[in-house]
Formats: sequence, C-alpha cells, structure tokens
Amino acid sequence: MPHTASIALPYGANSIWRAPAISLRFWPVFLRNLLVWRKLAIPSLVGNIAEPLMWLVAFGYGMGALVGPISVATPTGPQVVPYILFLASGSICMSAMQAASFEALYSAFSRMHVQKTWDGIMNAPVSLDDIVFAEMLWAAFKALFTITAILGVMLALGICHSPKILLAWPFLFLVGVTFSCMALVFNAMARGYDFFTYYFTLFLTPTMFLSGVFFPLTQLPPWLREIAEALPLANAVALVRPLFLDQWPTDIWRHLLVLLACSGASFWLALALTRKRFRQ
Amino acid sequence: MTEELFTVRNLYKRYGETEVVHDLSFSIASGECLGVIGPNGAGKTTTIRMCLGLTTPDQGSISALGMQMPRDMLAIKARLGVVSQLDTLDPDFSCSENLLVYGRYFGMKDAQIRARIPALLEFSALTSKASAKPGELSGGMKRRLSLARALVNDPQLLILDEPTTGLDPQARHLMWERLQLLLQQGKSILLTTHFMDEAERLCTRLLVLDRGRKIAEGRPRDLIAQHLEPDVVEVFGSGALELSQTPLRALASRVEVSGETVFFYTSNATSLLGALSAYPQLRTLHRPANLEDLFLKLTGRQIREDA
Repeated sequence: MPHTASIALPYGANSIWRAPAISLRFWPVFLRNLLVWRKLAIPSLVGNIAEPLMWLVAFGYGMGALVGPISVATPTGPQVVPYILFLASGSICMSAMQAASFEALYSAFSRMHVQKTWDGIMNAPVSLDDIVFAEMLWAAFKALFTITAILGVMLALGICHSPKILLAWPFLFLVGVTFSCMALVFNAMARGYDFFTYYFTLFLTPTMFLSGVFFPLTQLPPWLREIAEALPLANAVALVRPLFLDQWPTDIWRHLLVLLACSGASFWLALALTRKRFRQ
Repeated sequence: MTEELFTVRNLYKRYGETEVVHDLSFSIASGECLGVIGPNGAGKTTTIRMCLGLTTPDQGSISALGMQMPRDMLAIKARLGVVSQLDTLDPDFSCSENLLVYGRYFGMKDAQIRARIPALLEFSALTSKASAKPGELSGGMKRRLSLARALVNDPQLLILDEPTTGLDPQARHLMWERLQLLLQQGKSILLTTHFMDEAERLCTRLLVLDRGRKIAEGRPRDLIAQHLEPDVVEVFGSGALELSQTPLRALASRVEVSGETVFFYTSNATSLLGALSAYPQLRTLHRPANLEDLFLKLTGRQIREDA
C-alpha cells in the first residue's frame, strides 16, 4: 500500500529559532542539579567563596593601603570611600559572573556532553527547552549561593555597613542569569573543554577589567569607556555599587534593560544552538 | 488481530547526500518483542532516534499508543521506557537516587517512586547495591540499573538500543532472563542488537535492515527456513579451500568461502559428511542453519568500509 503522508507540521514549527517552550517539567532537572550540589556543597562553596574573598582581602587591604581612600562620583556629589569597599562592591558582581559562567560552561558541558545526562533526561517526557532553562536557572542559583555567602562574610568583616546591600541580592541574581545565558551559548558550540578558554580569556577577563570592578571607569580613555559602559558587568556594577555606598543607583531601568536584553537574546541564541546540536 | 502499539509508516531520512532510512514500515503488537538487526550503518540508531522524536523524519509517520510522533512526543514518552546504547546514569547518585531522580522526570511524586524502588532494585538484582554509585558497579549491573530506570514509570513499551553490547556471558544471560520476564508480564519491546542468539532467543519477530532498507521481516525460525537450507557443514584446515572446486560441491545446494573456511549449505548433510570422511586432515563442523547464517547471507560477509 503506497502511503507517503508527510508529517504535518505548521510552518516553522521545526525551526531551531522557534520560540522557547518552557514548562514546569524543568523543575525536576533543576532539583537533580541541586541534589548533586548538596553532596558536594562544601568543596564547591570553598572554591566559590574562599578564592574571591582572598582576592578581596589581599587587594582590598594590601592595595587599599597603597591607594588610600578613593573618590567616587555619586548623585549627591563625590564620595570618599575606602578602596576595599569600592572593590567589594565590584568584586561581588564579578563573583556572580564567574560562578554562573563556570557552572554553565564546565559543569553544564559535563552533563550535556561527557556524562550524557541530558540524553538520558530526554528519554523521559522532558524537552530540551526545559533542560536548557533548568541549566540556566541552576547556574544563576549557584551564583546566588556564592554571592550570599560572600555577602555574609563581607558583613561579618564589617567591610560594608549599609543595610541597602541586601537590595543588591536580586540584582546579583540577575547578573547570574545574564552570564549563565551567555555561557550557554558557548556551551552549545563547544566540542571540548578547551573551547571555554577562549570565552574566559577573550571575553570574561577583559570584561572584568573594563567594568569598573578594580578602578572607576573614569580612568579609561573616552572611546574605551563607551564600549565598557555597554558591557553587562559594567551595568551590574552600576546597579550594585551605589547600594554598598549607602546610595540609590541611578538609571536603574537602563541598566536593568541592558542585563535583561542580554539575558533574553543570549538565552534564545543558546537554545537555538543547542537544538541544532541535538538535532541530527 | 492484536492491537498495534507502535506503527511506523513509510519512513524516510537523509543526511545530505546519504539516504539513511528508505521507505521503512513496521509495527509492534501488544506483548511482542520486535528485534531490529543489521550491520553498522544500516540505519538502526537513526530509526530508534526517529521513534523517540529526537530526529525528525523527512517523510513518513510514527504513531504510538494512539498518538502521533513528534506532535505528542512528551505524552508518548511518558509511557515509554528507553535504554540507550550508552549508559546515561548519574555518576554522583546511588542506584536508589538514580531511580528517584529519574522518576521525577516523569512527574511522579517522591513517595510514589520510593514505593517502587525496592521492587525495581530486586528485579535488576541490585538490592545489595542500593547505595552504591554507578562507578562502583560492573558493566552488567550498570545496564540492569539502566533497565530498572527505564521501568520506573511502568511503561507499556520498552525501546532498547543494544542492551547487552559489551557484557560478559553471565551478565547477558541475566539481562535476557529479565527481558523475558518483562515479556511474560505483557510488556512490548523494540530491541536492536548485534547478537543473533539474543535476537533468536528474545524476539517474536525480526526486522533485517541494510543500507536503510528493510530486506527481510518475520519470525526468526520462519526467516531461516525461508532463506536457508536446514544444514550447514563448515570445513576448515589445509586444503579446505580447494574443496569448493571438487565434485563435492554438487552435494551442497550452496557453497560460501570465508577466510580459511568453506561453508556448505545443504538439505542432505549425510552424503556430504560421508564424502568428507575421505579427507581426514580437514576439520568439519556440522550444525543446523542459524540466524547468523541468515544475517550473513542477507547482508554479506564483507566488512563494510564505513563500519
């Protein structure tokens, strides 16, 4: 019996660029990662927290003594602050960026490519879209755990006194979301772990130096400053630093919009590339 | 007529210039074990991937449990159990945790899964390994854990891609025993394999694929009877190859040479064996024709360049 019915799919339904279809099925995938993390939480937290804190203390106190108090422009005029406070407000953003990037690159790649965990999950009724979403959210939460612990130590060390730093928490979560979305784009393209060196060296490291973490952006030549101000981390620092200095951030919506746009565009791109990777 | 659980109609798939699957149709009835055999590159894995909605066919339809793939992919998968070629177990979790976490992907409640875990471990002979991690398990145990994981949702149909590749004979036999038990319980199985004894033992029906096309389909015994003479006499040793040029050849309906061995296919082995007694330096093996003979006859004895 000749029978050549083709599969009836609406136009574009099979395109890798179709809209993300996220459902609550993402939750067990997120829980899976949480359960693994609970087993390895102590070494993981030590790595994620001890290192940034050592940087902060060494640079903050050591360099801080050389640099002295520095003057930061605020809406209420220039404010003179200890270098360690300036650095703490930037480095917490950097920690969120790094924690999310590591998780969404090395760890996600291990699960996706090395352990084939994603393939196993897709044999159950969970879609690739939900898996990618769960990984994105997981990396952002991992960043949130990290920065929560660091914020705790900063408060304990008395580096910062303003209660406003608690408001930095949701912003820092958004930083985690943004950088995990961006990292997942590179995860989707990677053939091996070595590939991530490009992303870290050619993108994250310059980002770190151009986003006002270690020194104010006013130190940069004007043309470079314009580029730097468009970087997601610079926008994150612009939101978080004033809170550390007991001020309110200005242009909140502009900075938020940069982070949200970056997240949205990256997530969509990451999803499209991951769909392409898994479609064979 | 038995109810068809899974039906594939006129499936086509090409990657660039290569046609991987060409006009493939088959179905699986309830309680049946359908085996898909074929050399490497025959299109077995692509077919399985299309059946699971992981690859979209260029043409054709796949219906399962009254639903359509890929439209109802998730609803279909909720009622399937899958063991893939490579283990995808979570190395950080114990056997029990692997089952628990996997059950959650099906939307099952923790209490519901925990209630099933002891029976699943028992079934896969892993009760004593409940808190061991996959890294501490042997190859056979890992495969059985993969099988237990595929059973967590109590599926009606199991899709098993080479479930015993790489296992030692004991582990393979244990796996076969468990699969037979599942068939007795009324589950259906779609199985790919390279082992002809596995196919013969487990499968109600076989599908032979080669270069993306179905070249034979039927019950293992029927296929052998249909395509082969009942007896095979293998002859090897010095001077064996010359035999195929002697009048002895007329005593067999078909003669094949592979390496240093001559295969005589015959319906009357007695006269052939009598004639062979004149060559005491040769070693002979007389046996009934089996699935491996069929497979080699249909797909050729040559090693494929792309295999």
